[in-house]
Amino acid sequence: MSGDLFISLLAATILAGTPLLYATLGEMLTERSGVLNLGVEGMMLLGAFFAFFVEMKTGNHWLAVLAAGLGTGCIGLLHGVACLVFQGNQTVSGLALTIFGVGLSDYLGAPFVGTLTEGFQPFPLPVLGQIPLFGPVFFQHNALVYLSYLMPPLLWLFLNRTASGLTLCAAGEYPDAVSAAGASPNRMRWFGIFAGAFLVGLGGAYLSLCATHMWTYNLTAGKGWIAVALVIFAFWRPGHAVLGAWLFGGIMALQLRLQALGANIPSSLLMMLPYALTILALLWASARGRGRGAPAALGENIAPGA
Amino acid sequence: MTGFRVVGRDAPLPLGWKSFAILLTALAFAFFVCSMLLLVQGKSPWTALVLLLQGGFGGRYPLEDTLLKAIPLFLCSAGVSIAFRMKVWNIGAEGQFALGGVGATAAVLLLPPDAPAWIMLPSMMLGAALSGGLWGFLPGLLKLRFGLNEIISTLMLNYIGIELMRYLVYGPWKAPSSMGFPMTAMFPASAIFPSLFGRTHAGLLLCVVTALALAAFLSRTRLGFELRAAGENPRNARYARIPYGFLLLFVLTLSGALAGLAGCVEVSSTFNRLQPNLCTGYGYTAIVVAWLSRLRISSIAFFSFFLAGLKVGVENLQIELQVPAAFGGILEGFILLCVLAGQFFHHYRLVRAGAQQEGETA
Repeated sequence: MSGDLFISLLAATILAGTPLLYATLGEMLTERSGVLNLGVEGMMLLGAFFAFFVEMKTGNHWLAVLAAGLGTGCIGLLHGVACLVFQGNQTVSGLALTIFGVGLSDYLGAPFVGTLTEGFQPFPLPVLGQIPLFGPVFFQHNALVYLSYLMPPLLWLFLNRTASGLTLCAAGEYPDAVSAAGASPNRMRWFGIFAGAFLVGLGGAYLSLCATHMWTYNLTAGKGWIAVALVIFAFWRPGHAVLGAWLFGGIMALQLRLQALGANIPSSLLMMLPYALTILALLWASARGRGRGAPAALGENIAPGA
Repeated sequence: MTGFRVVGRDAPLPLGWKSFAILLTALAFAFFVCSMLLLVQGKSPWTALVLLLQGGFGGRYPLEDTLLKAIPLFLCSAGVSIAFRMKVWNIGAEGQFALGGVGATAAVLLLPPDAPAWIMLPSMMLGAALSGGLWGFLPGLLKLRFGLNEIISTLMLNYIGIELMRYLVYGPWKAPSSMGFPMTAMFPASAIFPSLFGRTHAGLLLCVVTALALAAFLSRTRLGFELRAAGENPRNARYARIPYGFLLLFVLTLSGALAGLAGCVEVSSTFNRLQPNLCTGYGYTAIVVAWLSRLRISSIAFFSFFLAGLKVGVENLQIELQVPAAFGGILEGFILLCVLAGQFFHHYRLVRAGAQQEGETA
């Protein structure tokens, strides 16, 4: 009996960790190109809204996911305009984007609060879903979870094994070298911002299509910021991001269980758990090496050539 | 970039008519785009703009409302701006504000209810400054000792601080007289800031004192001068014998204490008690204010008033046109984006592609 409980807790861990995984990988991609985008929280909420809205209008889940990715990508481009074109401070621009995104998703979504959506339903994968222990934990979820399993290896391959991925990383480490090699570091950064925001949008889409199946205020509740922290925790490595996202997924799953069990702990104290753990996780990362793995030119703009 | 070239200015544009024109253009653009959003909900942008400005600035009653909101906003922004001067990104004003409310309420609950105002009010302010300051000191210590990114730690402390405040209000501090509602008992009259004129309370004096003290600190003391130098380059600052670590802790604690005082003003004058909806985003708006004012204390006073007016105006829109309250967030975020982009022209100018390289200095 307690074994079943354990397996269901692990399965819930994966479910809760998936939106974090998408958002962390997205922010990681953007940061590897040298752009710090603190707008994740706002972008994720907008992604959730775009997905919800298209799902409500068309009923087509995959179209909704695509809309979330493209729409959030375009919102990310605002950050590109402010920082890549107008040389704005990346920290401030990202904060502005979060304030803007939170406001816009609340504003556009206000008439639909409480509206239900069908969204993605879980289905066990053939063969894999039948494996004892592993099957129920990993392979009896919905399509977006399965898709998320492919993302870290794909991102790793892109960053480490393709020419454009390596150029993108170079734009984050030493943009002058990219220019000297005849490529445009800013073009890589535009791509990093758009593609990163696309992934963040998928994380948002997961929230409204797979997690709640409903539109409400503040779907993210700080998950965007936790994703920003997880990039540091993962030392900017896609493989580590999986561990970080699932660790936090575990904490969130545990928090929900304890709340549901009516444990003798005030709910406010349980709510603090993921945020306090974020600080602890960063302390751990700092003990392993301050700023280890950070792109050297992260947050620095490329001055326009005269 | 057909037809135009970007040329760096020899020196950043000084504060003056030109920078003012850039700011106005950015603001106008932001208002234009945001009012277009109202079309999405089938509302007239022009009527909305008029209602927004009337609601915030048109008449004695709206102006009083705006001033009342500008007081906590100014305190938060002043605190945030001190940290930003040192390039320390304190995003935690919201949590420090909440803790300030908690600290002030703790003072009220600890003192006997018949304590005179001259004991009550200073104790509340002290409690608020200490608890808010602690909430700023913690991320400072984490940054100094462990190199923890302060953007994330201050933000996480926002969530933790607000939950802590909710825990107290829902649990040990809930008044038996509140019929089950999560709130403390009403504060005694001695715990409420006295009125100065009309509905304006003594919190305004607190702002004036803060502004004068900060201005003196920044321009008249060695430490204030060293703030910016330390922010520009921490390593060089150490060589110049600037006490970087001390400054970091000092700045974050001061920043938190000021946001805490704002929290004290709110629980004392606006709510007369501690209740869960204390935090309404002053801490985040403060970031917008600090950046719009380019971290100058006098400009912070002006922009606190301006953004407070927009908050009041958005409430008016909500009542008159049923525009969702979130419109305020859109407006603030987009204004910040536009003004940030506009600051490009402080450092660069556009010249015609054909023009001579060394034109007259613009």
